[in-house]
Amino acid sequence: MTSLVEVSHATKRYGAIEAVRDISFTLEPGQTVALVGHNGAGKTTLIKLMLGLIRATEGHVRVFGEDPAAGGIGTRRRLGYLPESVSFNTALTGREVLAFYARLKSESVDGIRALLDRVGLAKAAERRIGTYSKGMRQRLGLAQALIGRPRLLLFDEPTTGLDPGLRMEFYEIVSELRERGATVVLSSHVLTELEERTERVIIVNRGRLVADGTLDELRRIAELPATVRVSVAQGGMEKVQNLLGAQDSIRTFNGHRIEVDATPSQKIELVRRAADAGDLIEDIDVIPPSLDELYAHFLRKEAP
Amino acid sequence: MRNIALIAAKEIQESLRNRWVLAMTALLAALALSLTFLGSAPTGTVGARALDIVIVSLSSLTIFLVPLVALLISHDAIVGETERGTMLLLLSYPVSRGQVLLGKFVGHIAILAFATVLGYGTAAVTLAATGAAIDAESWTAFAGMIGTSILLGAVFIAIGYLISVLVRERATAAGVAIGVWLLFVVVFDMALLGVLVVDQGRTISSGTLSALLLLNPTDVYRLLNLAGATNASAFSGMSGLAGTVALGPAKLLCALAAWTLVPLAAAAMIFSRREL
Repeated sequence: MTSLVEVSHATKRYGAIEAVRDISFTLEPGQTVALVGHNGAGKTTLIKLMLGLIRATEGHVRVFGEDPAAGGIGTRRRLGYLPESVSFNTALTGREVLAFYARLKSESVDGIRALLDRVGLAKAAERRIGTYSKGMRQRLGLAQALIGRPRLLLFDEPTTGLDPGLRMEFYEIVSELRERGATVVLSSHVLTELEERTERVIIVNRGRLVADGTLDELRRIAELPATVRVSVAQGGMEKVQNLLGAQDSIRTFNGHRIEVDATPSQKIELVRRAADAGDLIEDIDVIPPSLDELYAHFLRKEAP
Repeated sequence: MRNIALIAAKEIQESLRNRWVLAMTALLAALALSLTFLGSAPTGTVGARALDIVIVSLSSLTIFLVPLVALLISHDAIVGETERGTMLLLLSYPVSRGQVLLGKFVGHIAILAFATVLGYGTAAVTLAATGAAIDAESWTAFAGMIGTSILLGAVFIAIGYLISVLVRERATAAGVAIGVWLLFVVVFDMALLGVLVVDQGRTISSGTLSALLLLNPTDVYRLLNLAGATNASAFSGMSGLAGTVALGPAKLLCALAAWTLVPLAAAAMIFSRREL
């Protein structure tokens, strides 16, 4: 069983600029993968490499076991792509555009109604795209990517600039795709936007791959401290502070809250000590490092 | 084949929708009609061959207008779609770049042919309706004029694509297109005339002149329509040149075909290697 996508030591140079440097990874069927990095980190270049729109300067890319740049028609029929800031000819209607793309994929035009329904554009189907809002264009972009039940979907910054409601709908569709066994790649420049919906995260920075794994794995590798937050009852502040011991990172807030940074190994001990204080504390929270902190950690590590 | 037809159909659909076709047809019809009826005033009603006069005036119009219109619709065919971001999506579909280019070519030719046939046809039909006597020979020459006008359009559509795949920005493409138009429609002939006047027939033989004229598609068109048909050449003042230049219609048509195919093939080759 070969992987659905195999990127092996891929490097892409534009003149003197290295957009992607020696990146390797494989994607398996049914995975939902987040491709995260700053703007200009090489995410779009990676997606274009997987689409075969550009060729790797070094290394190779295989999609469905074939070189996507060789122009294999079969490969592209099983692939859905949503470009960053998708655009369409504004003179045509939503239905006309979808019909055109469906025919290009040798798919029946009958499925269009259901697709338009799925992305919530059924009412606007006969309107010219020039009258669509940005959100509606993004919905249409999503609909065209879903034509022909593709097995690999590449979404480039799909949720940037979408309102929260639409974002929720988008993630609903992504989980449907996952249940169907499709592989979904979502790129984003902020990890938090993906809201822990992906099982695997690939972080790229300046064209290099800096992390690849599940969020839990990445947390473990990063060893970022969690925050233990203790709410203290009236007057118990000093006592609880002593109980917790002299921590460098201890912070107190308005007389009844204490926060301590704790590495995974210290965490349990801290919670136990806090629990020993009995009635003096009202509540204990353990807050894992946020996705932002995690992301920042990997980008920092890479910086020279 | 299917993909080419799909892309051609979409191109036509878009042009119909944004009223490009309507505008182009209306422009050609309006100019053709005014040339037909205002232009024939000097010849009076004695001119038995009214349509031949129309052929001469419409050919001259074509030389200026058709290359311009063809470049206008073709210069941003590739670079425009690339800039708007629609090309990226299109190429992620199971369609080759050659098919995209050919599909657009077929679509654009269809649009141009429609506008030319309808625009110029209106003029001829109106002329016939006003009672001018037109014989079969004139009708054949008129049909030939329309056919070669479309072929001239094809040449400039192909040149437009070549421009479109070579540049990085739409504005550059528009600038280069205007330059190309000026070169072939205005500058080339003036320069050639200048050279001929200076040379006084000492070094430039009629063979060289024929070769030089083949270097400009609009001159090939001119020879085909103004010098080719015997009746028209008498009106157009091209008979002198026609006698000098030994090029049959078949050779001239081949020249126009070559002027279409070479830029088109070059555009397809460059486009398929271009990275997006």
